[in-house]
Amino acid sequence: MNARFDIAILLFAALVAALLAGCDRELRKLSKPDSGPASPAAVAPQVEIQPGQSGPGLKETVAVRTFDGNNAYEMNQGKKLFRWYNCGGCHAQGGGGMGPALMDEKWIYGHDPDQIYETIMNGRPNGMPSFRGRIPEDQAWQLVAYVRSMSGLASKAAAPSRADGLSASPPENTRAHLTPQDTGPQPPVKTP
Amino acid sequence: MSPMQRVLESAGTQAAHIEHLWWITVAVCALVFVAIMIAWLWALRRAPRADEATPPDVAIATTAESKSRRVVTGAVALSALGLVALLVASVQTDRALAKLPLEGAIGIRVIGHQWWWDVYYDDPDPLKTFSTANEIYIPVGKPVVITLQAADVIHSLWIPNLHGKRDLIPGHTLTMPIKAEKAGKYRAQCAEFCGLQHAFMALTVNVLPQPDYDRWHDAQLQSAPEPAADAAKRGHDLFLSGDCMMCHAIQGTTANARFGPDLTHIASRETLGAGRIANTPENMAAWIADPGKFKPGVNMPAHRVAKADLDALVAYLGTLK
Repeated sequence: MNARFDIAILLFAALVAALLAGCDRELRKLSKPDSGPASPAAVAPQVEIQPGQSGPGLKETVAVRTFDGNNAYEMNQGKKLFRWYNCGGCHAQGGGGMGPALMDEKWIYGHDPDQIYETIMNGRPNGMPSFRGRIPEDQAWQLVAYVRSMSGLASKAAAPSRADGLSASPPENTRAHLTPQDTGPQPPVKTP
Repeated sequence: MSPMQRVLESAGTQAAHIEHLWWITVAVCALVFVAIMIAWLWALRRAPRADEATPPDVAIATTAESKSRRVVTGAVALSALGLVALLVASVQTDRALAKLPLEGAIGIRVIGHQWWWDVYYDDPDPLKTFSTANEIYIPVGKPVVITLQAADVIHSLWIPNLHGKRDLIPGHTLTMPIKAEKAGKYRAQCAEFCGLQHAFMALTVNVLPQPDYDRWHDAQLQSAPEPAADAAKRGHDLFLSGDCMMCHAIQGTTANARFGPDLTHIASRETLGAGRIANTPENMAAWIADPGKFKPGVNMPAHRVAKADLDALVAYLGTLK
């Protein structure tokens, strides 16, 4: 056996491994996992503001962390929900407006997926409403995956490459990775 | 009574033209088929019989085939005539379809979504507009212009008993004029592959006599009533403060979102999930809990909520007649 042949085999194996790694890119988890950790004790939202009419909300009985930052389907669903739930009303298409920009490197309340999830679900002072009980948890995780892709924190191979409608900003998969700078008070990261 | 979906039992002017053309095509094709079979059998019968000792037939190499040439020329002319006749019949059908008089037509806007039909009854008076989903009601003998739009991908509306197919294309608006002549319930189906649940994207067309249609129309214009029972009241509060109102609308409440079907009169509909399951309280509860069980990939998310909350929601939706 000559060394050249060994290197060729190694390269081929690496190529196959890389190709196989891409298989999960489009995987659609169409049903919600049935079992999961019991629902955490109700956390009082950080703010009183809520989208829609105030009231009991729908409390989910099963809490499942379904975040997948390298899955194209999850991120694209998040992109769709970003529009449906009018996130753009305050954050525009990520450039910010009444709310902070999401496509820059600044993360007031942290850039970790769990921190973004808490920001969406509990709300934050000065305007971010609490979506707990307003949107299902798996949709919140899809939004987390999409919001991270807006500043290049997601895999380029999986981030959205086009928008359904007119878009003022370049596609998420072309954006440069911006090193996150957490500027505000940092909520603790729960899951490793 | 399950709705009918048959091309050959036309219930409207347009479908009658198409059915007519279908029968002409079948008749011409049958004639051609029979003629070819007869010619073939005749050729078999008069073919020269031979055995191993018979010398090869070299006649075609030495004599002109004037007779064969005549037969072939005649057959080609006959075929061309048949095809031209079909072309004329087809063009005539198209002309007839386009000539439907549309005075006093009812305008209905149908928007295709993955995987359901959003239906709007527009009116110059904004107080007389309403929306419904996965069902159309039209009166007998009155022209209806269906305006077709798509929200996401290409769909196609096909009501075989009333008209042929027409596509719903994102960014374009097409129309489909129809006129029903026979009361009844007809099934329509998405006829352009539009994703995972394409096969479960059905629409029911209810053709009613004018007085019945007017009654239905007036009922649809009503806003949702205030719930009276305790369970329904709790369901009402959950609906308006929970996930539901993020996508659905109920006229007369603050729920106004347009991403899912309008639920103002959900209890009066016969099916859930665009014809997927019957609209019963048990099915409604199962649908809210996990729509993906019935239509994997559907945009409505699963709701793992306490049974008491689910029952309250179903009780409230049951009051939306």
